[in-house]
Amino acid sequence: MFLSRQGAFIDMSTQPFIHIKPKKGLQLIDFRELVHYRDLFAFLVIRDIKVKYKQTVLGGLWAVIQPFFLMVVFTLFFGKLAKIPSDGIPYPIFNYTAMIAWTYFAGAINTSSNSIVGSGSLISKVYFPRVIIPLTSVLAGLLDFSLAFIVLLGMMLYYHIYPTLLVLVLPGLVILMMLTASGVGMLLAALNAKYRDIRYTIPFLVQFWMFATPIVYPASMIPERYRMIYALNPMTGIIEGFRAVLLGRAAFPTEMVLISIVLSLGLFILGLTYFKQVERYFADVI
Amino acid sequence: MSSPIIQVKGLSKQYHIGLREKTNRTFREAVTDAFTAPVRNFRNLRRLTKVENDNPAVIWALRDVSFDVQPGEVVGIIGRNGAGKSTLLKILSRITEPTSGEIRLHGRVASLLEVGTGFHPELTGRENIYLNGTILGMRKHEVDRKFDEIVAFSEIEKFLDTPVKRYSSGMYVRLAFAVAAHLEPEILLVDEVLAVGDAAFQKKCLGKLKDVSGTGRTTFYVSHNMGSIVDLCTKAILLDKGTLKVSGPPSGIVEEYLSANSNKSFVDLTRWYEERSGNGPLKLSFIETINQSGRPVSQFSYGEPITFRIGIQGQPHSLMNLGISIRNTLNQLVLHFTNKDDHISLEMRSRETTICVRVDQNLLNDGDYYVTVWLGDKFNILNDRAGNCLSFSIKSDVQGDIRSLGSIRIPARWSFDEDPHPERSDFENL
Repeated sequence: MFLSRQGAFIDMSTQPFIHIKPKKGLQLIDFRELVHYRDLFAFLVIRDIKVKYKQTVLGGLWAVIQPFFLMVVFTLFFGKLAKIPSDGIPYPIFNYTAMIAWTYFAGAINTSSNSIVGSGSLISKVYFPRVIIPLTSVLAGLLDFSLAFIVLLGMMLYYHIYPTLLVLVLPGLVILMMLTASGVGMLLAALNAKYRDIRYTIPFLVQFWMFATPIVYPASMIPERYRMIYALNPMTGIIEGFRAVLLGRAAFPTEMVLISIVLSLGLFILGLTYFKQVERYFADVI
Repeated sequence: MSSPIIQVKGLSKQYHIGLREKTNRTFREAVTDAFTAPVRNFRNLRRLTKVENDNPAVIWALRDVSFDVQPGEVVGIIGRNGAGKSTLLKILSRITEPTSGEIRLHGRVASLLEVGTGFHPELTGRENIYLNGTILGMRKHEVDRKFDEIVAFSEIEKFLDTPVKRYSSGMYVRLAFAVAAHLEPEILLVDEVLAVGDAAFQKKCLGKLKDVSGTGRTTFYVSHNMGSIVDLCTKAILLDKGTLKVSGPPSGIVEEYLSANSNKSFVDLTRWYEERSGNGPLKLSFIETINQSGRPVSQFSYGEPITFRIGIQGQPHSLMNLGISIRNTLNQLVLHFTNKDDHISLEMRSRETTICVRVDQNLLNDGDYYVTVWLGDKFNILNDRAGNCLSFSIKSDVQGDIRSLGSIRIPARWSFDEDPHPERSDFENL
């Protein structure tokens, strides 16, 4: 303890000590710091939500229009014309259930991948845990997901399809989906900071990924022996799980979901680890 | 001796700058290049974050800088553009990490490298106070507690629920500064934020900074405004090309910095970028000081006529306004000349016009003086400004050993009280 110039007592031992030096080796997450910045996290999510539909006429309706009209188009082409089976469920609701999850997932990946580059002015002017930025996009997308979900409830009433008790698993599936989106989002956001090619890759990636996921067709269309390979796409188990718990016609795809859990966690850890390794140079390359 | 709150040891930071890429001359070259470029680009991008010593595309923004700061000190950082001032603040605030060296600091750090960081134009003033406050490192409850104070300081009560995109730029800056000014970190880093806002608000900001530094908070302050450095800081650091040149009491350091420009009677302003602002069609091209016989000199004696020759480029026949300020080494404004004050209408004669401003009898006392030139169009809108671009000194052969104080010396008549209007002095000349 000592007296400062103006006579205020500053006790060094109670002050946080910060040691700035070039970082080497594996960087771990500083959870205490994340806790300190939780309010910032909350305000950034609120900002994203508030700003998203500012100065639009339809506002939050856009969250519904996108998956709904895609569903209409897919129903026309894949359901009616191509006569793709839908596990005995009416094609529109079969598709829409998957579509709302996918719209959320694709949107979250897209915005979080571009988030670091997009927040360049923030990153080069203030310090805060950078990982908040891509995670904000993943969280903010949940509102749109909920709005689109309300329409699904309406469709359930219309088709007289009701969920079973398994619906209690739904939050778990949503969390799984968020984990996957965060993992991929952090990985791509970090890569995109240095290699801007990523920005042009994302539309392809999302498109390919959608067709590699049982959205316009059921997983049962995939031959039995390939199905476990097919399940290596974490979204397979998640989407099939969504249909099973919400539409209650098919058995819960336990194996697929277990694979998804492992892979989602793996992707999340991979994304976070890579992000932590490279975040130190963000301010220099953005 | 107390222990330092900040210890900087051997701090260096390397940046990669882009070298000019080779250009394709033929179509064939361009096509083959499109296919071979990815490999080269990938190598270049990878190197971007590598530390290299023998690469010409690498510059050291900071090189082996070491210093200690005691709690409560207000440290001014001065130096030319590119001296490493901002890099130092960025490393201190953990925005970027050093290439080598280390900093040990005790306390929360808040950086104010720009006002309004993270302000979102679509959000209201109220929402932006919270967003900006938390971005700068405050917790929500801290913003809650300071909210009324922030609003009062910013003077935007009426517009609290208006999106900030509808604010005037002055309101925007006031709100942004108000949030930042109410941070309560142990260590505050401020970068040239006072260059914004109107004069009255700038004054208020300086006052607030003074309050802040008066509460025992350790502050780093980067500015080109030497007056505010002398005024606010208890210590100054002069950076030159990434290295710490000298540190110590602010007035001495400021003098050292300013004298680097000294003793040149002619300065070419076409390639002069320090303290330069304005980008109007009228441009300053040079400034020169000449004496009575028309010779370029940088030293004058008391009373000797001084002529400033100022070169201006622009459209012929455009009307303009010119101002010349003369400051002393403490950066206090001593004299100011404008064509308006002298009731002169200035006009460009050709594309390249030279204006001479002759001061018949200079009353400047001995010392060094710095010249700032200000050029405006006919509406007095700033077109070009070169701050402290030229210096000259006054040296006279004053007899005796009593050096007079003050920047201006005006001869006075001395007499006894009974004789209020003497034709001649009652005293004998020395």
